[in-house]
Amino acid sequence: MLLLEIDGLTYGAGDKTILDDFSMTIEPSEVHALLGTNGTGKSTLAYLIMGCEGYMPSSGEIIFEGKTINTLKIQERSKLGITMAWQEPVRFEGISVSDYLRLKNKDINPSYYLEMVGLHPELYLHRMVDKSLSGGERKRIELASILALNPKLAILDEPDSGIDMLSTQDIVNVISAFKDNGSSVLLITHREEIVLIADRASQICNGKIVCTGNPDKVAEYYKSRKCFVCDGEVCAYV
Amino acid sequence: MSDLDALMKAFGEAGGDKAILGNNEIAHLVASGHKLLSMKSVEGLEVDARETMAGISAKVTVKEGIRIKNPVHLCFGVLHKKGTQKIKMDVRLEKNSSAHFIAHCIFPNAEKVRHIMDAVVEIGEGAEMRYSETHFHGLYGGIEVIPKSIVKIGKNGRYFTDFTLTTGRVGKLDIDYSVEAGENAVTELTARVFGHANDEINIKERVVLAGKNSRGLIKTRVALEDEAKAEVTGITEGNAEGARGHVDCMEIVKDNATAKAIPIVSVIHPLAKVTHEAAIGSVDKRQMETLMAHGLTPEEAVDLIVKGILK
Repeated sequence: MLLLEIDGLTYGAGDKTILDDFSMTIEPSEVHALLGTNGTGKSTLAYLIMGCEGYMPSSGEIIFEGKTINTLKIQERSKLGITMAWQEPVRFEGISVSDYLRLKNKDINPSYYLEMVGLHPELYLHRMVDKSLSGGERKRIELASILALNPKLAILDEPDSGIDMLSTQDIVNVISAFKDNGSSVLLITHREEIVLIADRASQICNGKIVCTGNPDKVAEYYKSRKCFVCDGEVCAYV
Repeated sequence: MSDLDALMKAFGEAGGDKAILGNNEIAHLVASGHKLLSMKSVEGLEVDARETMAGISAKVTVKEGIRIKNPVHLCFGVLHKKGTQKIKMDVRLEKNSSAHFIAHCIFPNAEKVRHIMDAVVEIGEGAEMRYSETHFHGLYGGIEVIPKSIVKIGKNGRYFTDFTLTTGRVGKLDIDYSVEAGENAVTELTARVFGHANDEINIKERVVLAGKNSRGLIKTRVALEDEAKAEVTGITEGNAEGARGHVDCMEIVKDNATAKAIPIVSVIHPLAKVTHEAAIGSVDKRQMETLMAHGLTPEEAVDLIVKGILK
């Protein structure tokens, strides 16, 4: 059985259609990379799968382990095993890194997860998840917290973006950790070299999948694109 | 049970360590209402406290060059349902001295109680004072807390204060702090308050950066629920070359509570700089969603966020 099936999902904001009859699948324990330029609808898809407030498809289905979850709230989807690392993780005053990693399961060893994302526990466990962390540090801590949840599906929205971006090797290490745990990953990115670590890849353009398959081939296809910001008009895919 | 035993019992129930009274290396001053119950000093610390017609008056001096090793505990309270406690404090830290004062203010049964603190603090050159005040209130909300202080920090001096009222009902709170910082002096004023029911919170803190290269931070964190109201005024004046100040106010509002933040920043020297930030509103949506994506219920997420900002 598929872990996740997105079937004919359409979502718009105002007059603009952001996802247009969008379909894709993720197998259990599969890392599926979603590649696309800015403005193609990648993050919107992530919010729709996670069930964020204000994100309800106008048509189509989000099916998780055989059940439609369109109407479930974010915490209900989380209970099913879906979680997400936002592109720019929020900060929290007064919550230590140690407590943040143990939000759902007090029995886990937070040091273990910090080491997985390349952070020394003794330097970070007692720090706060607030604005004293750099962008890169915050992203690593978010990834560690997602790993600690041991989810069935982790949606990682551009873990490689930002000023303090994580290196390709950092991302490879994190993805390997998810795979070792048996988690599936929806890896959202606009960097073709990141796609190569996935089991399968898809390219999104103007709210639609334009190709799916072997990550090498999808990355090549993506490199040959004509547009760098999606306007749905320049490229030949739409 | 004696007044002292009763106050210490309430102190223990509020999470305090009663053993501090029996420790010869820890100075303390304990007062219930207008009665002085216990007092102990340590070397280099002079305490002249007395009961007066108007309440309790205490003159505290830390002698030059003395660094008080253990925090000095001030335990004030009214255990009766009705009453008034008026405390006048005159605190002086002489040159290059340092001390940390921890005030425990205990009003577990207050139905109609007033607690008035009037403090004048003078921090000498190179001296450092930390003042932490934590309140333990009951569930009635019939208390009025009126702390007022005027602080002057000398050259290279440091003054840090931390006011916390997050346990029980606030009642009416009216803070009025004013700090003047001299050359190279540093000050940080932090207040954390959680208002419930029809609590009324009024916080006014003023920092005057009078000396060259002085530094000041006013940080206020308020959470409100039910019908509670808060008005926070943070004033910082940059009056000297190299002075740097910041006002940081965050108020989280739930239910029908209302909050107001009034940051006032002024600069009269071209090489001074003062900044401010204020955030008022309901719990941040992105924070909520992040915590819910980590498996928390909406109620657990709100609770964690509020506790975090008040920590």
